[in-house]
Amino acid sequence: MKERLHHLAMGGVVTLVLCFGVALLSAAPAWQSMPENMALLRLSFTHSGDRSASCRDRTPEELAKLPPNMRATQVCDRRRPPIYVELEVDGKVIYAASSPPSGLAGSGPSRLYERLLLPAGPHDLTVRMRDNPASDVFGYEATRKVDLAAGQSFVIDFRKESGFVFE
Amino acid sequence: MTGIRATLKRGFDRLERLLDTLFGSDWNPLANLGPLGWFLFWIVAGTGIYLFIFFDTGVVNAYQSVEWLSGSQWFHAGLARSLHRYASDLLVVIMLVHLVREWSFDRYRGKRWFSWFTGVPVIWFVYMSGITGYWLVWDKLAQYVALTTTELLDALPFFAEPIARNFLTPESLSGRFFTLMVFLHIAIPLLLLLMMWIHIQRIASARTRPPRGLSVLTLVALVIVSFALPAPLQGPADLSTIPARVGLDWFILGLYPVIDLVPPSVIWTGAMLITVLLSGLPWLPPRKEAEAAQVFLDFCNGCARCEDDCPYAAITMVPRSDGAPFPQEAKVDPDRCVACGICMGSCPSSTPFRRSGPLITGIDLPGRTLERVRTEVITAAADLSGPGRVMTIACEHGAAGVPAKGRVILPCVAMAPPSLFDFILSRDLADSVCIAGCAERDCFNRLGGKWTEERIARTRDPRLRNRVSRERLLTLWAGPSERGRLPEALRDFSARVAVLGPVPKKTSLAADDEGTADLGLATKDNPT
Repeated sequence: MKERLHHLAMGGVVTLVLCFGVALLSAAPAWQSMPENMALLRLSFTHSGDRSASCRDRTPEELAKLPPNMRATQVCDRRRPPIYVELEVDGKVIYAASSPPSGLAGSGPSRLYERLLLPAGPHDLTVRMRDNPASDVFGYEATRKVDLAAGQSFVIDFRKESGFVFE
Repeated sequence: MTGIRATLKRGFDRLERLLDTLFGSDWNPLANLGPLGWFLFWIVAGTGIYLFIFFDTGVVNAYQSVEWLSGSQWFHAGLARSLHRYASDLLVVIMLVHLVREWSFDRYRGKRWFSWFTGVPVIWFVYMSGITGYWLVWDKLAQYVALTTTELLDALPFFAEPIARNFLTPESLSGRFFTLMVFLHIAIPLLLLLMMWIHIQRIASARTRPPRGLSVLTLVALVIVSFALPAPLQGPADLSTIPARVGLDWFILGLYPVIDLVPPSVIWTGAMLITVLLSGLPWLPPRKEAEAAQVFLDFCNGCARCEDDCPYAAITMVPRSDGAPFPQEAKVDPDRCVACGICMGSCPSSTPFRRSGPLITGIDLPGRTLERVRTEVITAAADLSGPGRVMTIACEHGAAGVPAKGRVILPCVAMAPPSLFDFILSRDLADSVCIAGCAERDCFNRLGGKWTEERIARTRDPRLRNRVSRERLLTLWAGPSERGRLPEALRDFSARVAVLGPVPKKTSLAADDEGTADLGLATKDNPT
């Protein structure tokens, strides 16, 4: 009995110390996931490349071979072209890349999610996108002056009907 | 690798000896890591169910409900939350120590691969349960976890839409996504429970409950800590900002800083490699094990004692195949048998007294037959002389697991049937027997120490015969780091036995020829 009391006391102290240690490490030390005085810019959107460049008209012979209800005059590649996106910050291009189409057959939209850390403060942002490989011009472009606060999350999204959205 | 393992093993053995003095060998937490893991799982499950009563799964309401239960309801729901968190953290600690300990004790290879292999997914399920749980609080830490996790997941080519897009702006997060997380936080722990159950399927009498005293100590300590240091909340999540500095739970989220610093492809490749390496460890290299136990039907009456005693569920009783008038016979699964010999020690036919014909028992180890053990005992006796002769029957994993004069080393001391001790004493091979097993807190073959104690205490079949004086038997449970204890313990025992004198001849000659009493075709219901 005396021995058990000893075990209860000593074992209790050890268990308590262990549990306190666990509780302390359960919330500390803190982790700095991003440098101080920085803001996070996320460039993220979904957009389908324009595949009209790959389309061609069917010849009358080709059309004649098709059943009447399937005689679409144009035929296009199933695969979509990649989209090309550039992001310029204070006149310097910090991101420029092509995003391939998604899906096994490449028939899905291109999807973009990029994290970019910027120092807090004012910045000039310009974002451009080209979705047609047949063209050299950017079909979509937007510019915005922003004043980013430290720890701010800033998003550049895109909607086909309204173009780039700064949030 | 062997050097690291040996060092770790010695370290564990020493630490466990210290804990033996603080907790007692039966409450030693390092010898109860598995049962403690189960106990902590149930604490987490119980507190989780209780918290769910008060938890609101809405995007905005989630944080508010956690704040409410941690604030004004601190004495019950707040306590439950802190217990939920700290028990989860302690579960991670217990699990990882369990992993390292089993590796260092070399209890993961050969026929014991199954428990190791099925334990690997348990690790990931524990982490996934914890991560999805942190998400639900929807404070700044949850936001950090959600963002980091989804960005890591998006690196896999499985998801149509980047999941991280759900966390772009406050408007982009829908309540439905949150409901999915609640579902995951229930489904993943249920899968974890399933994996834990599979994990213990290849061991008999698996311990899933720690000793009551240890359970009480653990629970009380967790409650005290939960009141003293309630689990913190780190302010509501705000998707228009980035939680740059968060108080991290280093047990469950300890890898998140690495995820921040290393590209996702490296993380996934590393996770995959670690999983493959961990899963494959039992075969790197495989352990060469002795041949599995073999049943000799002429000497098996289907009493099922071997089935009861096998620590690895390697023996089953099947209908009789030889026409003998017994309903069943023992059958050994060679894929599970580790050749510990415990079945041989449990067989009522395992009597070394028999003199006619070859010594065959109902269940025997081909690589270490009972006949060979008897010969080794007789040979070892030749090294003993003078008053107080002590023959040591040693476990190869314990302190006495090194060759010495007058010592017979077995894979497990429970391989020795009680009739062997009787044989040694009544045949005047020694004046006493020291049974030197593993440390009392934890038998290498799980149950060998317990069965040996019960057999010589005459509470478990096959029992030690009454004519064997208990004074002439010493049980010494000591781990490999306690070799220094042996000489003194044996010297003291020898001195005590010397005072007793040699075993009286009258006893030694009584009714042992052919060992008919021990060989009797006893069954469990009608023990000899």
